[in-house]
Amino acid sequence: MNTNIIIAGVGGQGILSIAAALGSAALTNDLYMKQAETHGMSQRGGDVQSFMRISDEPIFSDLIAKGKADIILSVEPMEALRYLPYLKKGGYVVTNSTPFVNIPDYPEMEALTQALENLPHRIVIDADAVAKEAAGNIRASNFVMLGAASPFIEIPFDYLEAGVRDIFTRKGESVVEMNLKALHAGRAFALARK
Amino acid sequence: MEKRLLLGVEAIAQGAIDSGLSGVYAYPGTPSTEITEYIQLSKQAIDRNIHREWSSNEKTAMEAALGMSYAGKRALVCMKHVGMNVAADCFMNAAVTGANGGLVIVAADDPSMHSSQNEQDSRMYGKFAQIPVLEPSSQQEAYDMTRYGFALSETVGSPVMLRVTTRLAHSRSGVRTGEVLPENKIKLPENPQQFILLPGIARKLYKLLLAKQADFKEASANSPFNLYKEGTDKSLGIIACGIGYNYVMECFGGRPPYPVLKISQYPLPRKQMKQILGECERILVVEEGYPVIEELLKGYPGDKRITGRLDGTLPRDGELNPDLLAQAFGLPVEEGASVPEVVAPRPPALCTGCSHRDVYNALNEVIRSYETGRVFSDIGCYTLGALPPFRAIHTCVDMGASITMAKGASDAGIFPAVAVIGDSTFTHSGMTGLLDAVNEKTPVTIIISDNESTSMTGGQDSAAFGRVESICAGIGVDPAHIRVLNPVPKNHEELCRMIREEIEYPGVSVIIPRRVCIQKARRDKKA
Repeated sequence: MNTNIIIAGVGGQGILSIAAALGSAALTNDLYMKQAETHGMSQRGGDVQSFMRISDEPIFSDLIAKGKADIILSVEPMEALRYLPYLKKGGYVVTNSTPFVNIPDYPEMEALTQALENLPHRIVIDADAVAKEAAGNIRASNFVMLGAASPFIEIPFDYLEAGVRDIFTRKGESVVEMNLKALHAGRAFALARK
Repeated sequence: MEKRLLLGVEAIAQGAIDSGLSGVYAYPGTPSTEITEYIQLSKQAIDRNIHREWSSNEKTAMEAALGMSYAGKRALVCMKHVGMNVAADCFMNAAVTGANGGLVIVAADDPSMHSSQNEQDSRMYGKFAQIPVLEPSSQQEAYDMTRYGFALSETVGSPVMLRVTTRLAHSRSGVRTGEVLPENKIKLPENPQQFILLPGIARKLYKLLLAKQADFKEASANSPFNLYKEGTDKSLGIIACGIGYNYVMECFGGRPPYPVLKISQYPLPRKQMKQILGECERILVVEEGYPVIEELLKGYPGDKRITGRLDGTLPRDGELNPDLLAQAFGLPVEEGASVPEVVAPRPPALCTGCSHRDVYNALNEVIRSYETGRVFSDIGCYTLGALPPFRAIHTCVDMGASITMAKGASDAGIFPAVAVIGDSTFTHSGMTGLLDAVNEKTPVTIIISDNESTSMTGGQDSAAFGRVESICAGIGVDPAHIRVLNPVPKNHEELCRMIREEIEYPGVSVIIPRRVCIQKARRDKKA
């Protein structure tokens, strides 16, 4: 197996927690993993991305080559589109539909929705609403997104559950449960629309 | 052997801790910051009471680390590439004194300038100082080579530079850790004159450094990290340095048809270099940073066999990636769909609720009434004041340059000359410039925008905390012209008035708008 995932968002949205759960899933199951992330200036509200590569064979490059990403997992709709040159033919874009508007020239929602609808393979999900309904807290929306991406990632789902459990264990069982509920709700949403 | 998920920089930190480290010295700077942060949070480091406080700047860090090495213990000093410029005085001379306890200097370069002012290549500094340089290609190597670096430093009696670039620094992978070595006991230098660089002694020590070059070459020749990979197609030979090796391997699924020489230790391994130059028709040099090796091999007449960044096979600037290497090898790049026009750039910006916003709102309002006013700024979050909607600053060059450039411009006749500098940058490199201005009573208005934090790098403690006014007064600023205010919006008029008054004062004045960084306030509330 060999999966390349681009996780996209805006500095401050916490995309690294998604990467951490995936990383934990890979490491505890003896898979090879490389994950390049953005630190520094861009974290002040700029566009940020994490390149996540998981494989059962050694991985060389920390960066994903253009046209080689299996999936773009974005927690923000405009950011989902920024990395399209990296998406392979037939690859999926899984994105939150809730915009994060921190620039004056943020595009009109209609134009943005149209651009997303033009994508041949996509899951667009109101992760904040799903998180609130399923987990009782919009802070779990990042794990709704991971759940929604899970049907397109070649990692067994129980590995991902274990990864989420692992990264939240020290915050207590209720936080673990909240994020697992979000993960399941996201997965169910995507499976119904795959 | 335990496997952990670590960033490249964290692997360096863990490698240092496991090498019997006694102290880390650093000033925060992307992409090096997390080395020290990791050690600060490490239970091992806390239990052993490893020194792990931040230094005021990279020079004080390098000097303190050299002092620990003098005492016979192992020290790590970490900085971003431009920090090397600040530390260079000590760095160059430390090559001449040599090390006593193991001394590893981490220089984290930032090609493509993700968070920097230039993309200088620290390998040049290694060559300049004539010391061994290590350049890992993976997180595991970052761990292993840090350990190797400490051992090498003590074997050859020299500081060793470990050079990484942003991509390895900030990429995570599984790392197997090894045995934990004990710390050194205090052991003073055998030669009592080793650290006395008086000309007569320095001349002898410099000859010793020159003599050590043979040992450094020998170490490179036998380094387990320099690797010759045979290939059947000798029409091309690839010399790949550090992380560049990964991109080459990625292009060929780990099995390149051409011979590949992976370089992870300098000075260059002569025998392997001669082998690849001898048996291949054309050479591609793959370097993350400046074309250091390429230029050396090409020579002034310009040997056309040697290709890389200088002949356009690879771009002259910016970081490498697998696509650029694929193009260099003539392999197809299967680029996906293009970015739709609807996507707008999203540059970084000052946070909502950030005190620097309020400072710039006031400063812009005041400076507008002076046609010739210029604002000299500095390195930190407040540099974002250059972007819309503020467009409030005219310069950002290096740490501390706001005050001194304002002084020079004032000397030239610019009025008003205003400096904007952060609290941490002020104690890093602004204080000496302030002294120059005070000594000459230069009419400059210095705004120390104090958010009680080193924020751009993630909110580390600021060495200036709680003592900005007393430092300014101690340097000699008239206390009547050291003015402090919380720049909340309701104080906007007062801040404007204060700035106007101090601009009109024909001497040095310091205005300190103070409010804690909004990110730090949030983190402190959580903790």
